[in-house]
Amino acid sequence: MTLTNFLSEKKTVILNRWYDSILNTYPSETAKFLKGQKNPFLNPVGATTYQGIEKLYEYLVQDAEKDKVSLYLDSIIRIRAVQDFTPSQSIRFIMSLKAVIKNELKEEIETHRLHAELFAVELKIDDFSLLAFDIYMKCREKLYQLKVNELQGWTYRRLQKADEVYKKECVYEDIHNELIEFERKEVAK
Amino acid sequence: MAKTPKPDELSKIDYAPPQSAWMDTPAELKEGNWCYGAKPKNLETLHFPNPREWRVQDEDWKLPENWQEIILKGMKDLLDKYRSFRVFMDICVRCGACADKCHFFIGSGDPKNMPVLRAELLRSVYRGNFTKAGKILGKLAGARELTYSVLKEWWYYFFQCTECRRCSVFCPYGIDTAEITMMGRELLNLLGLNTDWISGPAANCYMKGNHLGLEPHTIVGNLEYMLDDIETVTGIKITPTFNRKGAEILFVTPSGDLFADPGTYTCMGYLMLFHELGLDYTWSTYASEGGNFGFFTSNELAKRLNSKIYAEAKRLGVKWILGGECGHMWRVLNQYMDTWNGPADFLQVPKSPITGTVFENAKSTKMVHIAEFTADLIKNGKLKLDKSRNDNLKVTFHDSCNTSRGMGIFEEPRYIINNTCNHFYEMDELTTREKTFCCGSGSGLNAGENMEIRMRGGLPRANAVKDVVDKYGVNMVANICAIDRAVLTASLDYWVPGTGVTGVHELVANALIMKGEQPRTTNLRGMPLPGTEGQE
Amino acid sequence: MNAILSLFAVIGLALIAFIGVKVAHLEFLFGTAIPYIALAVFLIGVISRVLKWGRTPVPFRIPTTCGQQQSLPWIKQSKLDNPSTGAGVIGRMFLEVFLFRSLFSNTKFELREGPKLAYSSTRWLWLGGLAFHWTFFVVLIRHLRLFTEPVPGFLHSIEALDGFLQVGIPGVLISGVVLLFAATYLFLRRVFIPSVRYISLAADYFPLFLIMGVALSGILMRYVVRVDIVSVKMLTMGLASLSPVVPEGISAIFYVHLFLVSALFAYIPYSKIMHLGGVFLSPTRNLANNSRMVRHINPWNYPVEVHTYEEYENDFREKMKKAGLPVEKE
Repeated sequence: MTLTNFLSEKKTVILNRWYDSILNTYPSETAKFLKGQKNPFLNPVGATTYQGIEKLYEYLVQDAEKDKVSLYLDSIIRIRAVQDFTPSQSIRFIMSLKAVIKNELKEEIETHRLHAELFAVELKIDDFSLLAFDIYMKCREKLYQLKVNELQGWTYRRLQKADEVYKKECVYEDIHNELIEFERKEVAK
Repeated sequence: MAKTPKPDELSKIDYAPPQSAWMDTPAELKEGNWCYGAKPKNLETLHFPNPREWRVQDEDWKLPENWQEIILKGMKDLLDKYRSFRVFMDICVRCGACADKCHFFIGSGDPKNMPVLRAELLRSVYRGNFTKAGKILGKLAGARELTYSVLKEWWYYFFQCTECRRCSVFCPYGIDTAEITMMGRELLNLLGLNTDWISGPAANCYMKGNHLGLEPHTIVGNLEYMLDDIETVTGIKITPTFNRKGAEILFVTPSGDLFADPGTYTCMGYLMLFHELGLDYTWSTYASEGGNFGFFTSNELAKRLNSKIYAEAKRLGVKWILGGECGHMWRVLNQYMDTWNGPADFLQVPKSPITGTVFENAKSTKMVHIAEFTADLIKNGKLKLDKSRNDNLKVTFHDSCNTSRGMGIFEEPRYIINNTCNHFYEMDELTTREKTFCCGSGSGLNAGENMEIRMRGGLPRANAVKDVVDKYGVNMVANICAIDRAVLTASLDYWVPGTGVTGVHELVANALIMKGEQPRTTNLRGMPLPGTEGQE
Repeated sequence: MNAILSLFAVIGLALIAFIGVKVAHLEFLFGTAIPYIALAVFLIGVISRVLKWGRTPVPFRIPTTCGQQQSLPWIKQSKLDNPSTGAGVIGRMFLEVFLFRSLFSNTKFELREGPKLAYSSTRWLWLGGLAFHWTFFVVLIRHLRLFTEPVPGFLHSIEALDGFLQVGIPGVLISGVVLLFAATYLFLRRVFIPSVRYISLAADYFPLFLIMGVALSGILMRYVVRVDIVSVKMLTMGLASLSPVVPEGISAIFYVHLFLVSALFAYIPYSKIMHLGGVFLSPTRNLANNSRMVRHINPWNYPVEVHTYEEYENDFREKMKKAGLPVEKE
């Protein structure tokens, strides 16, 4: 028996443990909802998370859908990146899979001396973590980009306005001052 | 994002928060979840109490000495004025039916975002001060004292509610958290506790007529930009009028559509439609705002800002008023305007000059929703539409909270979309019509500094969009709300990149065959029309 | 914690009555005085509460619209979910009050998704709530037989219907049993659903325990510790005819039952149980969505400070003129 066999055999148990460990990062009142409500439209966080880790696990065991790994990681991390988590809390759920596997397959690993294989699996999980870090940063950058976009939209229109008014030989001063004040305000924030 | 933890905290496998009762867990005001505090300048403009420089993250919010007294007196006042408030304070049985209905709870997992608990924040203080049971039994009866920390908790969570009313659909007694939040914000404003993002636009609107603070000449200038763009696309020169006395119709729309993409395209849609119809209408620079950030502040301010619409209609001597696509604007127009500033007896019952249809459902308020107006035009065959011009779009429709649960305008926009687009796909029925999910940034929460909470709140909506994107290749989310147009753009960019946002009248304008137009090669956004790609 | 305190409070109440009758022989107090006081507190409390609500104005017409509005004639209006007439509102309220329609709408679509227990919990809430309230109502009505002589016919029919199982002697009345089970269910879901436990107050557990205590003591009286029904009826008829008598030999369990009922009645006006009155007064449900057709009047509407057009033009006159906008004053 290889570790892969055991991982496939105990897929449901390990996945559920892993899922529980992720849900435990939420308040218990919420965890129950996230776990209980199965409709993906009414519970996008729970549904996306479960679907994501299931696919990651499949890749871990069977190398299935390799190119989609970052997609599934992304779906989970995109959510955690805007929730009340520190960066490490946002991605540590990946590492917790290691502990879950070691716990659940303790005997099997000892009896069948699967340490080498386990090491390989752990390396893969480490890769997930690194990838997750990249994705997390991308999400956060995106957030700031969105803030900048909204701000730029404002500034751009103000500039346009200033330009237009100038063309009409109207009250350029006003707009200019307004613009300066607007930017000062934004900087102050 | 939370604070950086210490190394030993990192090693903990489970991060489960402490298990203490909600009353014993003071709110931790986390950055990314709140908006900046109101600036003194704006509060002064509006003659609101306690204008001062203050920062949310500071311990001291510089409140007046007797702030508790002010709040309790205010609460008593509201309890005497609003049956809704009094009844909703008394009758909740905490059955939990609303608990998982809030987009902020679904997206954030913060239990205090459960609607019932948001209301309990107020209710606990109500019980402690206004009920016998609460005064005698205290905490046992769910009562608590009004402390500084409770006040901060109010601030934090009443500005984490978008007043979308989704919870009230599922409540067996119709308890409406929007109503609770409005009362909460009204109380906070007694102490000068508003957000900059709300009080700024409200002050602008008060002095300059619109939230963005566009001065009269700028409004004209902004529209001229659009008219140039329209001429480029259609070859038609449009000359709308402003502040014109004797026009038949006054047109009022949210100022956001005058200012930022993609709302501007919707605005071009209005201009093109009215031109094609030869409608005798006028814009106003004084009543240049359909939306109402006063509604997110206090009843009185909302009424003050709203008053301009009827006043201007009266001054200009129009017969009736047509309103553009906006969400909370229509909750206000449908449920508040006539009561506040009516009766509009100087106006006439709205009658479409094109079809002769009398809008009986607006016979008192005398204000018609543009979706009603346009649906009637299409039904009567008054518009020549070429649906294929929108063939590059696969459209879904997002019902806006306020027009859904504060009005019930569901079929009109769908009818228009079906007559202007060939590819229309509904989102899952658990997330549309009266069950629609909020964009995540309504009720004045569409600031930049609270982007995290906006994204969380926007997740349930975006998630349903993602589903139709995956299933049908949807690439455009249509809606009838200016805030949607502004904020769904950001939210979808985060959750479902590549999905556009459009107003319904942009779709109309693209499909509209206008008299004397040049052959169109692009849509209003300057994108090549389907079938004409590469012809230039 | 909240639950345990509430449980002890109810047990305490039961003990007071038991000891009061068994040890102190205060039958008169528990049999007549306290029920009268409780009834008075109930009536005065409920009336004053409802009057307080009723006297508070409804400044705005704020129904939660859950369907298509009345619009153009060719667009089908959703007359129950978005009523624009009084009849529509009555229909909406009827479905709300008697069938808990809003609670049911929780689950309408989930049922279709399949029979997984995990997400049918909200349907259970609807069913549990419905069972609880209806059986409570039936039990209440059934008790009228103790206060009427001769007993009106409809009470016999209700009782016959209630005992349709036709098992046991005396025949098992299903309503009391269902009431007990439904109350227990409502209690258990408060304890076992973390989000509901999180929001639950002592004021949520206490009435549940009280009602469970009432039901339990009632059931015990009927099936286990039999009481002399003739004497009980003498007492209740005495209460009803305002000439109270306390016949000998009524077992203490009856006084426990009566005392818990008294406590419940006296408690109602000061508790969330008032929702039974409040639901009729909820402005998001009992108003028609016709505020664009008929002007809704706010009794305290007052004039507010506005920024007039004149002031606006004064601020911007020059700019307006330069932009070619018409002005009132040159």
